[in-house]
Formats: sequence, structure tokens, C-alpha cells
Amino acid sequence: MKIVFEILTKIFPSRNKKSGEEVVAVNDFSFTIPDGKLIGLLGPSGCGKSTTLYMISGLQKPTGGKIFFGDDDVTELTTEKRGVGLVFQNYALYPHMTVKQNILFPLQNLRGADKLPKKEMLERAHYVAKLVQIDELMERKPSELSGGQQQRVAIARALVKMPRVLLLDEPLSNLDARLRLQTREEIRRIQRETGITTIFVTHDQEEAMSISDMIVVMKLGVVQQIGKPQDVYDDPTNLFVAKFLGTPPVNVFNGTVKDGKLYIGEDAVLDVKGVSDQDVYVGIRPEGFIVDENGPFHCNLRSVEVMGRDVSVVSDNPAMQSAVIRSIVDADNKIDATAQTISYTLKPHKVFVFNKETEERIYFEV
Amino acid sequence: MTDQKNIAVMHSKNLNTEKVKGKAGKIIGKIIVYAFLILMAIIVVFPFYWMIISSLKSLPEYKLPNPTFWPKQIMLSNYINAFNTASLGKLFVNTMIVGIVSTILSLVITVLSAFAFARLEFKGRDTLFAALLATMMIPGELFTITNYITVYQFGWMKTYTVLIVPFLVSVFYIYLLRQNFLQIPNELYLAAKVDGTSDIKYLWKVMIPLALPTIISITILKMMGAWNSYIWPRLVANDENHRLITNGLRTAFETTVAGEVDYPLQMAAVAIVSFPLFLVFVFLRKYIMKGVSRSGIKG
Repeated sequence: MKIVFEILTKIFPSRNKKSGEEVVAVNDFSFTIPDGKLIGLLGPSGCGKSTTLYMISGLQKPTGGKIFFGDDDVTELTTEKRGVGLVFQNYALYPHMTVKQNILFPLQNLRGADKLPKKEMLERAHYVAKLVQIDELMERKPSELSGGQQQRVAIARALVKMPRVLLLDEPLSNLDARLRLQTREEIRRIQRETGITTIFVTHDQEEAMSISDMIVVMKLGVVQQIGKPQDVYDDPTNLFVAKFLGTPPVNVFNGTVKDGKLYIGEDAVLDVKGVSDQDVYVGIRPEGFIVDENGPFHCNLRSVEVMGRDVSVVSDNPAMQSAVIRSIVDADNKIDATAQTISYTLKPHKVFVFNKETEERIYFEV
Repeated sequence: MTDQKNIAVMHSKNLNTEKVKGKAGKIIGKIIVYAFLILMAIIVVFPFYWMIISSLKSLPEYKLPNPTFWPKQIMLSNYINAFNTASLGKLFVNTMIVGIVSTILSLVITVLSAFAFARLEFKGRDTLFAALLATMMIPGELFTITNYITVYQFGWMKTYTVLIVPFLVSVFYIYLLRQNFLQIPNELYLAAKVDGTSDIKYLWKVMIPLALPTIISITILKMMGAWNSYIWPRLVANDENHRLITNGLRTAFETTVAGEVDYPLQMAAVAIVSFPLFLVFVFLRKYIMKGVSRSGIKG
């Protein structure tokens, strides 16, 4: 089921009636989510990603715009008629029901033509329980389950009525680090097996990058960029997206473009053809540095951290915006950790130039 | 046995070693605690004991200046007489009708209004709730006269209606249940919406089961309230057909001597009447405790 958003907007009225300020949670949202994919909605907290999810599920009504599931306009439909499954951040299992009753609950609410015979309900419940591997726990109460198990129950409950869309609100945030890795693989597997279009919300870029077919980066209710994780990482449209994706984060510098050359401080680090003379921000991915004695970019060396395969070099430069410059270079480089300075050559496709005012990307020819 | 223990206690004191001293202190502490508990238990049980033995005495024995602690002659016939003289059967039926109907209706009203105040969003909700709470500050006795005039003008005197309707709405129970409902996380409501439930079904399938201990407490309190009510029924419906058990017990046992009451018979009737409430408490004790302890933990 493909999902289409047309200029979707959500405005919350201000709590303080006197000031009359409104909060725009989602602003002019237009894009299409392709069928059968796993999509990560990514952004810092308060960027409107949960609101978007709630609007898809119908729990919140958009102030303007339309939502389509396939060709159906569902904007005016109530939640129960949309056929969505939603997994809440805190799972929201019914505490007084057993796992089995929890999973059966959505099926028992089906009415009219959709109503299922009891036997089929049980079969379906067992099918999804097997899918998420909780079929041993059917008679337990939620309080007798671990966090990871509760989450699986929540996913099973969302899947049991074969929803057109599966929505996950910060599905991994309540799990410990090890379980998080394991569960995100699970979510990927379940999504592949069922083929249900799945949208999940997260503020953890690594999580989104690792399992999504597509990511949507949001900031303050406005979509910044949509694309495959690798494409967005390699080709961010603005400074926010560049900063938000990647660990360690992108290194940002104040720079200047003059006569087709990019300067950081006094160093002309790169040729940037086709960019007019101006002050810019320069973003360089940690893997964009090549240690080179004769390199044009000079930094003060602070420390060298050996990580086995790679070496992480910490240095600084007067023009930098972040606290330090962190670069990841191949361990074959022999770096003298006692030296005062280090010089780099830059990989052009790992260097992004942004307009100083708008923070939009300025493209240059390599 | 106790002598031996006492000797042991004294003996251990004589030894006067730290360890034994500690042990003795523990035993003494226990003795004090248990003595206190036993004393309290006796104080609590005594009225019931007195009710039972009084109900088994003959009238002359009851009137002895020095009351006996055990009846000389056990008069089981008191119970049969009590049942017949007071037409206890009719009183029971009346009280049951009033108690059950008012409890059920009151529960429906309480649950629905608590749900509305906790869950639904409508204009003036909080103001309305505050107004309801404000009525709790007026003592109930002040309502008696206005209520009396109202029901008199409605022509409700000497009916079941007048015993049931004026006390259907209890702000306190609504408040209690609303607070309980508010503790149920909002996500459950949203989850239930996604799972395809209507508001009323969510109330029935999720909220009521989760608030069950409180609802049972309310049921018990309301039932006991109906069972024990005295002044209002006496004012508005103290006729043969609608008299409730409390008033029945008060008036039914006057002897041939004017103003004298046959207390043993009355006590027997009281014992009969108390029995159902006793049963309710025994069977629902678990829920009452649960309700109390749960609200304590959640805070």
C-alpha cells in the first residue's frame, strides 16, 4: 500500500490563549511512500515526526492537506476504519489481559463483513505470535514479560489484523543497547516477511540508516530530505541534514570561496568550480580526510586513537565550528603522534559546501 | 507451658549475656504486641458477642441488673419470633429492592460520569467538575429539608422512588473513580482506538476491568449505605409496604407494656439482618483490601 501525503499541515493551537501563538507541528508535507518499504522518519525531538505518525493513523486530524492510502483518500476516516497497526513507544499493552487476549483484541473488534469465526481468530493470533517468536508466552500477562517481549507482543497485536500500514513510534527507545540491535534486525525481518508498508519514527540516525529502505529527515515540522539512507548521507541538501546523519558527525568549518577555490583559514583546500565568491560553511565527513605530508589542509594534531582497522585522528583548526576535528583514516597510515601538526588532502565527494545564510547546499563541479 | 517459659525468661535474664538479653527482649516485645492485638480484637468483637448472647436470652434475664455473660437458657425461639413479629421477610425484600436498584443505577451513573470527566473532552468540563466538588462542602443534613419538600411536591412520598432517586449521584464516588481512570495511561486509549474500539467499548473492556477494585469498593460502600440508611427512609416512606430494615427493627418489638422494647427479640432480628453484610465482607474482603492498597501504591 503506497501512502501519499499532499501538503499535509498540522497546527496546534497555543496553550497560552493570550499570546495566541500557534505551534506548527507539521508544515506543507508532500511526498509519497512507496509500497512495501520500510521508512524511517528521522529528526530531533519536537520535529513533528510523531504527529505525522498520529495523522497517518487517524488519531490526530490534519489542519490541512490530504492523506491517501493507495488511491483511497483516508483523511476523513476515523482510526478504526483505516486499517493501520500502531506500536506505541511504551507498548500500551492492556495490563489485565494475557498476551493471547491482547493479540486477539483487534480481531474481536471487527464488525460486519470483516468479522472472523473464532477458529480463524485463534489461527491468526498464533500465526503472528510465531512470526514475532512469542508463541511460548501466550498465557502470560504483560507484567510478566521483559521489555523486549512486551515489544514483540505490541508488534504482534499491530500485525494481527493484517493492517495496510504498520506504524512504529520510537520502537527501540525503551530497550537496552544489545536488545536494540537485535530488535531492529527483527523489525527488518518481520517487515520483509509480511511485506507491509512500515513507517517508524526515531531520533537515532544510526537506527534509521541501518534498517530503512528510505529515510525522511525532518526539522521543526518541515521535511528536509527524503531518500535512500546512503544517498542522503552522501548527498545532504543542507547543513542540518549533513550534521544530523553520521557518527562520528560531520566536521564543520567556516570557509570562503574565492576565484573557484575553497579556503579554510589560509589554506586553499579544494577547487570548487562554478561557485561564486562568498563566505560558506564547509562540512567534511570524517572519512573524507587523507593524511598527506604535502596536503593543502593543515591542522594541529591533538591525539591519535587506534581502533584496529582504522585510526581516529583528533585535531583542531581555528576555523572549525565543532569542538574538535575527528577524521577516520586507514590504519596503514603511519602517523607520528608526537608531531605538532598534520596535513590532509580532502576527498572532494566527502566535502559539502553550504550557503552561510540559508545553510542550503552549494553544489560544485569536481 | 507458660510457667516454663516464664522461668526460661527469668533464667535467661539471670544469665545476663548480651545474646540472651536480645532474645528475651524480642520475646517480651512479641508478648506486648500480641497482648495489644488481642485486646483490640476483643474490643472489636465484643459488640457482636453481646448482640449474639443478648439475642439468645429471655426478656427477664436480659433485664437483670447484673448482666450475664452467657445466657442461662438458650432461647433459639427468639429468632423465629423475631422473624415473624417484625415481618422480617417483607423488610428484607424492601431493603433488597432499594439496595440493589440504587446500587446498580448509582454505579452506572458513577462510571459514566467518571469516564466523561476523565476521558471525554467537552466545553466547561473542568468548571462543571469543580462545581460538583463544591457541593461536597455542604453537609448532607442540610439537604434533608429541601429534598423533603421537593419529593413531597413530586408526589413521591411512600414510594420506592423516593428511597432510591435522591441518593443516586454521589460526587465522592465520581471523584474517586475519575482519579482512578486518570491513572490509566492515555496510550491505552489510543491503542484501543487503533484496535477498533468505540469509546463505550473501551470503557467496558479496558477501563472498568482496570478500575475494578475501586468499582467493587464503591459497590460495597453503596450497598452498605443503602442497608444502613435510617433518617431519610423514616421521614419519607415509613409505611408498611416500603419500610426498610433499620426502621423496621426500631419499631417492631414494642411489648404490651407501653414504650418497652423486647430487646432479645430485637437483637435476634439485628443478628439476622447483619448476616448478609457479614457475608458480603467475608467474600469481597480481598477486593476491598486490593482497592485500598492499590490506591496507596500508585499515589
